[in-house]
Amino acid sequence: MARTIKMKIKKSGSEYRVLVLVKHPMETGRRKDKKTGKLVPAHYIETMTFSLNGKLVAEANMGTGVSKNPLLGISLTAAKPGDKVSIHWADNKGESGSVESVVK
Amino acid sequence: MQRRTFLQNTVAGAVLVTASGVGLLNPRKAQAAWPKAAFAAVKSKDSVKALFGDAEIVEGGITLKAPLQAENGAVVPLKITTSLPNVEEIAVVVEKNPFPLTSRLKVFPGSGGYFAVRVKMAKTSKVYVYVKAGDKVHVAAQEIKVTIGGCGG
Repeated sequence: MARTIKMKIKKSGSEYRVLVLVKHPMETGRRKDKKTGKLVPAHYIETMTFSLNGKLVAEANMGTGVSKNPLLGISLTAAKPGDKVSIHWADNKGESGSVESVVK
Repeated sequence: MQRRTFLQNTVAGAVLVTASGVGLLNPRKAQAAWPKAAFAAVKSKDSVKALFGDAEIVEGGITLKAPLQAENGAVVPLKITTSLPNVEEIAVVVEKNPFPLTSRLKVFPGSGGYFAVRVKMAKTSKVYVYVKAGDKVHVAAQEIKVTIGGCGG
């Protein structure tokens, strides 16, 4: 199942900042379904990798303490216009997704 | 107490199962292991120990931009900047959450000392940000007041 993923690259001083938002429930496994009274199983993104021109530059690990529809921001110190930034995420249920964008 | 242990065990089990599942499906990603022990710890100091071992912890060098009071504990925006050289890792720990470690960023050459994330907060708590730079771990803390908790709904 594809989930919406949005990405934005902004210049900030001498570096670029990458903002990424994934539509994801980030269930903690502690919340009860109001209808059935059963616990909703944990479902959250574990890892998100950031690559610049195919080279891994940062990796974020998340637990259940990250908000629903996680919005992450990192900085790229060595990026220049035309560089390709790609992001890949994977969650605890084996779902994954990725997005790619070019630095302007 | 029993209910609590049960919860912890199920979470630990679920993590184990998925860790192997992901490994089978995507062997390339398996090398970058998700730090299970650090995320499953229920005490913030255990998370820190699982991530950084016995590294020396010093204060300062980090700017944590966060609200003083969060109206909604489900979404608390945090912005971390640091000008420390050789940043390797940034970890965000909410002391009074059921699982204090919320997220951590591994910084490799090409990215810098900046991390923005939105976290859940169960109740009013201190938020600690740890930055590993060189062989030292730096820390910054701020208390954030929460009026409506964000864990467990």
